[in-house]
Amino acid sequence: MRFSAAIPFALMALIGAGLALGLTRDPRQLPSMLIDRPLPAFDLPAIANGGGFSSADVAGKVALINVFASWCSACRVEHPTLMRLAAAKRAPIYGVDWKDKAEDGAAWLRRYGDPYVATGLDFESRLAIELGVTGAPETYIVDKSGRIRYKQIGPITDEVWAETIEPLVASLEQETGS
Amino acid sequence: MAPELGQMSIMLALALAVVQSIAPLVGAMRRDLVLMRLGDSLAVGQLSFVAFAFGALCYAFLISDFSVRVVAENSHTLQPALYKFAGTWGNHEGSMLLWAMILALFGAAVALFGKDLPTTLKARVLSVQGMIGAAFLAFIAFTSNPFDRLAPAPSEGAELNPLLQDPGLAFHPPFLYLGYVGFSMAFSFSVAALIEGRVDSAWARWVRPWALAAWCFLTIGIAMGSIWAYYELGWGGWWYWDPVENASFMPWLVGTALLHCALVVERRQTLVNWTILLGILTFSLSLIGTFLVRSGVLTSVHAFALDPARGVFILAILLGASMGALALYAWRAPALAAGPTFAPVSREGALVLNNIVLMAAAGTVFLGTFYPLLIDVIGDDKISVGPPYFQSTFAPLMLPLLLVMSVGPMLKWRKDQLPAAARKLRTPIILAGGALILASVALKSVLSAVGLALAVWLVAGALAILAQRIRAGAVAFGESARLALSLPGATLGIILGHASMGVCVAGIVAMSAWAKEDVQMLGPGEKLEISGYVFTLEDVSLAAGPNYEAERATFRVMRGGRPAAELVSERRYYPARGVETTEAGIRSNPFVNLYVALGEARDGRHVVRAYVHPLAAFIWIGALGMAAGGAISLTDRRFRLGARIRLDPAPSPARAA
Repeated sequence: MRFSAAIPFALMALIGAGLALGLTRDPRQLPSMLIDRPLPAFDLPAIANGGGFSSADVAGKVALINVFASWCSACRVEHPTLMRLAAAKRAPIYGVDWKDKAEDGAAWLRRYGDPYVATGLDFESRLAIELGVTGAPETYIVDKSGRIRYKQIGPITDEVWAETIEPLVASLEQETGS
Repeated sequence: MAPELGQMSIMLALALAVVQSIAPLVGAMRRDLVLMRLGDSLAVGQLSFVAFAFGALCYAFLISDFSVRVVAENSHTLQPALYKFAGTWGNHEGSMLLWAMILALFGAAVALFGKDLPTTLKARVLSVQGMIGAAFLAFIAFTSNPFDRLAPAPSEGAELNPLLQDPGLAFHPPFLYLGYVGFSMAFSFSVAALIEGRVDSAWARWVRPWALAAWCFLTIGIAMGSIWAYYELGWGGWWYWDPVENASFMPWLVGTALLHCALVVERRQTLVNWTILLGILTFSLSLIGTFLVRSGVLTSVHAFALDPARGVFILAILLGASMGALALYAWRAPALAAGPTFAPVSREGALVLNNIVLMAAAGTVFLGTFYPLLIDVIGDDKISVGPPYFQSTFAPLMLPLLLVMSVGPMLKWRKDQLPAAARKLRTPIILAGGALILASVALKSVLSAVGLALAVWLVAGALAILAQRIRAGAVAFGESARLALSLPGATLGIILGHASMGVCVAGIVAMSAWAKEDVQMLGPGEKLEISGYVFTLEDVSLAAGPNYEAERATFRVMRGGRPAAELVSERRYYPARGVETTEAGIRSNPFVNLYVALGEARDGRHVVRAYVHPLAAFIWIGALGMAAGGAISLTDRRFRLGARIRLDPAPSPARAA
């Protein structure tokens, strides 16, 4: 009887400990489940006359895979940065046109410029679900051995590029692919 | 000047609350009447100062005093006066002040109306109430000062979040808080009873109306939140299993258990320990809800204060209150006298089953709400738990609860036989069985048929109570009518409450089985059709409100060639915050809601989402009916205790001080 009366107290102590630990976590920081794991196999169709791309095209080099869509306003903010990176030819950028109509995506690229070496359509979120995309824009950095090494949530700004992505790309290029 | 006075009042209220949490408790221990009586005037004093502070904040909002940081961040000169006023609690600091004010209000209510409570019990209740008040006032004073000044003051404010600019905001949080905070009374009474080491039916007679009143407010608050989300978010849903909705739903579930359990204590002096435990748990869950919203451990649209320091403070309050009370429970509860026993088939037995199911339901909601956090803490994954989890765990649990709901009230106290109860329930059984067969044939869906049959079962079961009490059919009609008029409030309350639950269930089943929606791009003159209703986009024009610009679309809805409704939906743009909101166009009658929401424009056409929701209004009519049932119960003669006292002159604070 005495023992059972203490059960609620013990349960609450457990809950309290859980909540206290929970406070130390930032719910907005979302790690990709695929960090350091191989890029899933995929083959995306083209959005316009140019070719789509598959996981084989990305293999063997350090590359950026950028998830965008014509309906995404933050992508428009990110877009000039991507254009500058493409012009500088720092690393190939692949585009994934996500939950979008092919003609809308193509029109968007005609209007604002095309920073991608190739662009594939992921209308049904097949790749996006495997990658764990939470929203557009998002960018995945893949190393020479075809593993995802970093996930950028939200637009790549000049600052993000200079402070995080550029050093990472540089160090990944030093690695030897297996 | 007023903000400084407000800030000073908070400090004074805090000082009074600290004294209130100690003096009456010490007085009760030493049997010192003066110290015990001090609690009354302290509680009233605390209320006066907190209310003054709240008034000062309202005033700052109404005159748009942007030198006060909270006002500058949450108000705008062009905002309509109602939203300036409601903006007082549309932000973290103001909503905590409202919380503290309602808490003080309940404390003062005990002080003023609890004249015939045993003196020591009353003193202890007021002390516990004072401790909670002191904790929250300290939280406001040290981490969330609503009267922080800005220098220099901006010439214009940032405006209240447009999603909150809705009449719903004016009422939803205050009702929700009246519910949350109202359960502090059950908590204080439970803790006081544990200190006292004694529980009698007088105790239950006092706890039950407070718990019932808090429950009514919480029910209304939740229903209003649901209505608000339905028309304001423009997604056509009435419940999202969002962490914050769950935070209000868990205390509701346990509070429902509490109020049924208190009934047993009052009538039969048994299940005392369990009732005390429920009293503690209900308020602990209210505090957990506050913690969830205020700390931002789970992201959600509601969590507008993401600040770890505040989270730590609230967690300390939550753990201090609940673990302190539960430790006291572990120590003292075994010593409380166990009441008379009862057979499994009896009114008590049915209420125990009700309690078990409600606790299990609250447990599943708790698990679903906190599972993402648990996974984050023990692993490193971020996951979210969605409606499918809740639907597949919560719904099956409700089945036995709804079945017993009509049986319980027909059972005798102490010991009864099931066949006897079945005889009394003959008509409801026939009706529900008939509904089940008809619905399975007509709907070809067993699940919705069961749901509808349960709805019929509840309404018929509730009416059976009425029929039994007025002896319908057994005596002359006039005699029945006379009996009906003299039914006690508690009986009317249970009839209305249980029948309303049936109405609510019918609405929920209809919404999940028959709700239809369609999304299309429409230009002027184009139409879409859902279950026989033809929605035509008449035209889209520009309109301007006091603090927004809007695209206003008019829709004509026809059914079978005859006009059914004119709907107006707006997409509003609030320039001060750069935020867009959707105002859905809804035509509601009890049997069907026609709902249309205007979306983004592309090439001269608009994304239009249209919904046909049969019986949707039943959900909220049912919820409000339950609250009304609770309110009618409160008028019962047995609770008049309070009414009689109100006629006596209230003790004047001056005399006691």
